[in-house]
Amino acid sequence: MARVLAPVPNRPGSPLLILLPVLAFALLIGPVVAGLLGAVLPALGFLPTLGGTSLSLAAFEELSTEPGLWWSCWLSLSIGLVTTMISFLIVMVFVAGWQGTRAFGFVERLVSPMLSVPHAAAAFGLAFLIAPSGALMRLVSPHLTGLTRPPDLLIVNDLWGVSMMAGLVIKEIPFLMLVTLAALPQARSRELSRVTAGLGYGRLAGFTHAVMPLLYRQIRLPVLAVLAYATSVVDVAMILGPTTPAPLAVRVLQWQSDPDLHRRFVAAAGAVLQLGVTAFALLIWLTGERVMARLCRIAAPSGHRYVRDRTGRIAGAGAMILSVAIIVAGLVVLAAWSAAGLWRFPDAAPLSFSLANWARALPSLVAPLINALAIAAAASGFAVILALGALEYEARAGKTPTIRALVVLFLPLLVPQIAFLFGLEIVFARLALTGTLAAIVVVHLVFVFPYVLLSLGDPWRSWDRRYGHVTHALGKSDNTVFWRVRLPMLTRPVLTAAAVGFAVSIGLYLPTLLVGAGRWPTITTEAVALAAGADRRLIGVTAFIQAILPFAGFALALAIPAVMFRNRAQMRPQG
Amino acid sequence: MSDPNRTATGLALRDITIMLRQARLLTIDACVAPGDVLTVMGASGSGKSTLLSFVAGFLDPVFFATGSVLLDGVDLTTLPAEQRRFGLLFQDPLLFPHLSVGGNLLFGLSPDIRGRAGRLAAVIEALAEVDLVGFADRDPATLSGGQRARVALVRTLLSRPRALLLDEPFSKLDVSMKHQIRTLVFERARARGLPVLLVTHDPDDARAAGGQTINLSPPCP
Amino acid sequence: MRRTIFAAFSALIGFAGLAQAGSPDPSNWQALTAEAKGQKVYFHAWGGEPRINDYIAWAGRTVKERYGVDLVHVKVTDTAGVVSKILAEKAAGRDDGGSVDLVWINGENFVSLKNAGMLLERPWAIKLPSYAYVDVAGKPTVLTDFTVPVDGLEAPWGMAKLVFFHDMAVLADPPKSMAALLKWARANPGRFTYPQPPDFVGSTFLKQVLFELTPDNALLGKPVDDATFAAATTPLFAYLDELRPLLWRKGRAYPQNYGAMRQLLADSEVDITFAFNPSDASSAIASNELPDTVRSFVFDGGTIGNSHFVAIPFNANAKAGAMVVADFLMSPEAQARKQDPNVWGDPTVLDVAGLPAAERAVFDRLELGIATLPPEKLGRTLLEPHATWLARLEVEWARRYGVNQ
Repeated sequence: MARVLAPVPNRPGSPLLILLPVLAFALLIGPVVAGLLGAVLPALGFLPTLGGTSLSLAAFEELSTEPGLWWSCWLSLSIGLVTTMISFLIVMVFVAGWQGTRAFGFVERLVSPMLSVPHAAAAFGLAFLIAPSGALMRLVSPHLTGLTRPPDLLIVNDLWGVSMMAGLVIKEIPFLMLVTLAALPQARSRELSRVTAGLGYGRLAGFTHAVMPLLYRQIRLPVLAVLAYATSVVDVAMILGPTTPAPLAVRVLQWQSDPDLHRRFVAAAGAVLQLGVTAFALLIWLTGERVMARLCRIAAPSGHRYVRDRTGRIAGAGAMILSVAIIVAGLVVLAAWSAAGLWRFPDAAPLSFSLANWARALPSLVAPLINALAIAAAASGFAVILALGALEYEARAGKTPTIRALVVLFLPLLVPQIAFLFGLEIVFARLALTGTLAAIVVVHLVFVFPYVLLSLGDPWRSWDRRYGHVTHALGKSDNTVFWRVRLPMLTRPVLTAAAVGFAVSIGLYLPTLLVGAGRWPTITTEAVALAAGADRRLIGVTAFIQAILPFAGFALALAIPAVMFRNRAQMRPQG
Repeated sequence: MSDPNRTATGLALRDITIMLRQARLLTIDACVAPGDVLTVMGASGSGKSTLLSFVAGFLDPVFFATGSVLLDGVDLTTLPAEQRRFGLLFQDPLLFPHLSVGGNLLFGLSPDIRGRAGRLAAVIEALAEVDLVGFADRDPATLSGGQRARVALVRTLLSRPRALLLDEPFSKLDVSMKHQIRTLVFERARARGLPVLLVTHDPDDARAAGGQTINLSPPCP
Repeated sequence: MRRTIFAAFSALIGFAGLAQAGSPDPSNWQALTAEAKGQKVYFHAWGGEPRINDYIAWAGRTVKERYGVDLVHVKVTDTAGVVSKILAEKAAGRDDGGSVDLVWINGENFVSLKNAGMLLERPWAIKLPSYAYVDVAGKPTVLTDFTVPVDGLEAPWGMAKLVFFHDMAVLADPPKSMAALLKWARANPGRFTYPQPPDFVGSTFLKQVLFELTPDNALLGKPVDDATFAAATTPLFAYLDELRPLLWRKGRAYPQNYGAMRQLLADSEVDITFAFNPSDASSAIASNELPDTVRSFVFDGGTIGNSHFVAIPFNANAKAGAMVVADFLMSPEAQARKQDPNVWGDPTVLDVAGLPAAERAVFDRLELGIATLPPEKLGRTLLEPHATWLARLEVEWARRYGVNQ
């Protein structure tokens, strides 16, 4: 009998399925590339609609004469690096020092919900706490400080961006913490830590030598995304950042809206410069990675156990808890202001509480609220469909995700928003798409999709494939496996991913502002628009609503499966 | 039977070789008559589960296989798993946690049985046959290990398979249950005339199966 | 290809067909309202003040009821951005179906659009029925916007005048000139600031200083050039140099607009603030933002004042609807409501004495609020410098004070 090569069985899957990963890929790459081109060409003087038809460096020359330009660049660079470094260190020290303890589980449960608090709301909360006339000073005045007027101290909007860094750190800690939690099992953290403990190493030293090398590889891209974000963030900078001058991204936005159209070339050059600043920050970080890796390799053979790391451990836990406490206290202060009557310094509480502020603010917040909900629902819905399509294609085609695919996934998070959104707006304007709901949803998808896929990927892939085999063996098709077994079994992670996408979309400021052309105000653009001036009561109402929307999304993501599967013990969250 | 390879009825594994990259993992050439059990023994890593997944139709693409799988003389090698209709049992019962016991069985029940009432009756009858009267509305998570194993068996049988593929299906059961379930599975297979391919590392299983046993040697280096 | 996509898209939305129908004629009111019915008017207006936003929302509800016009308030942080958007649309060849139907504007933004030919040509505003009541004799700034003739290309909406505020309980006798202010700041360092230019109130503060200190006021009414700028602004920057270390936060940070500055007064961080609206403090007292001991004052030599307007871009999609809205905003009813400090408190552009008795009575009944000076006590109005001054002032300010380290 002839030896026949057993061919791979034909899978009669849907030929349309390949469209979803292709679409997802195009969604990640397309807007970024189009947007960067839309920024680079005008930066080089090419923008025919404004009479720029030849290439030149004039825009960069004009840019270089902007007062304080290099200080703005320095701010972006230093704020990005310091923020990332501090957040990363706090999370690592905490995880190293406390994993496997009861305290760890406690803090883990505290930190997770903080992820959903939008950056702007957290920043407002912080500002309301630490300003010289803020809640903290009111609590201790006048009896401790003797002050009846706020001290003339530059805290919020300080020249070096320290308060802005603080505002970013408290928001990046939950993000890095959750990313790390997801990566710990793959890095075999528990086992390796037990081994090093058995060898007599202190927790921090053992973690650094044994777990970090594996762990860091897993969380590297998210860390770089934090860095890219912090070097180019606009909304937090407008609330907490320096103004004389502002960080680069804020200034690009200002040039972009200058009535002198010619300044658009400068803005484009600024967007390209921002790209360079972020790239430089990434380069510094990558170099730092190598140096640290080498230092660890040099230190390891010395055999020092560093057993006495109590101080470090306690500092790590303290910083984690403090970061949560600041966000929570900030939200409480926001809520207090939202219902405050006259509240003068140094009163610790308002003279009266009333719902008048809410009654005054709500009518004008209805439309932004509906817009925000509609955009977030559409963006997270499409993102989940695309993510499911990509994952199902991956499963059926027997493919495994490559590092290259992961970089593509992170691309929109690694390129500064202002750099490609600026150009994207030009492209959309050419296509007369600016200000359309479709354009906003597409742009939100660019940012929402990576988070949805990251959130869904692990639970989707770790689903026991033998359920699929059993189902096939019962004579069922791929589609039946997907719709009747895999999807229902993964209801909870799918809804959680949708809630993550929803939260990301709610928090997006710059994409909504630039592509929405002001026609689609959301609760976030309203809140940031108030940042510069309006009444604290109104900021309180708006930011508070902004902060609770994502919570509502997560609450639904928990409640729906709890009701659907109320009689199915194994469908409840484990542990 | 003098020459099993010539048997027209039953499950035939013809000249099967499975390779992992360049290394040969296993070679097998065997046949199982209807109602008989072929036991493939081997230590972990011997490739016995890989053989089972090749026969079932979902070999991982990292492997490379030659040879063919025939049932009653018909070559099934190019068919996808869902068209081979081989019932599959793993060491875990793998009941769908989002469905009730009855929901699991209805899902498995062959579509040839039509009508809501008729299908439901078939499920209830099948449960009664394995002493699980009144279990249709239960959450699978509330069942004991033995009960789950029985439900998994019933789910497979209701799909009207043409052969059974068993991947250490008794290894997680405690000793008293193991015997009971093993007997039940083999009895049912025999009653329906299903050829059974059993992979296991437990010699007791092989003895209880009573059929031909093939020992897979460790893979060539 | 691109043009095809654009054409297909415009056709899809129906912009192209509508806009070619020809501009509406405001003197034919019947036809105008008929055409306006059902139109959606995107009104781009600064959105940083809740009271104003609420007022615009009220106007929207009213025009919806009466004329079936759907008014959408597009809240902008800086009107300059709207100008830039219209310019970008023109550059992109979008000559109709533009995204801005009506814009709240004055000063250099108006001049930019007017000079670039990007406003609806033809003097439409003066043909609107409500324009008959506008006080063109008593309020010259409704005819010349930052010294540039309005020519009926924008409809007057409100009057602005720089007015200062202080808390009587803290500061009984506030300084009433720039010189006195500096002297006071020396004695009270850290208790005064101004919004960071290019915020319009901050820039107005610069202009106020300029007016009081410059050797020859006449220069300011003419277009600026290097020589006049240097000559006119030397005392201004000498003043600001001296003031800076005496400012709140020593001038290392500034409030971003007058709302933020009002919050500083509420928090007792500063003792003197100002706004471009005489009733700002009364409104803030009414909404519990400021204590009821805050009062208004103006400088002895007068303060800067101007008018603000609404204008229609050349490529507006809903021109008829925009005109109907502009007319309503100028109407005695809307103007009286606007002047009510419990609503907004923005002074009217109308000649109240010339109104029919019933309408006049509505104005007369308005309670101005305890912190609002009556019109006769607002002092002399200093006219805005020529529109070209502002950009130069802002650039120079940013160069000198915008960078701190």
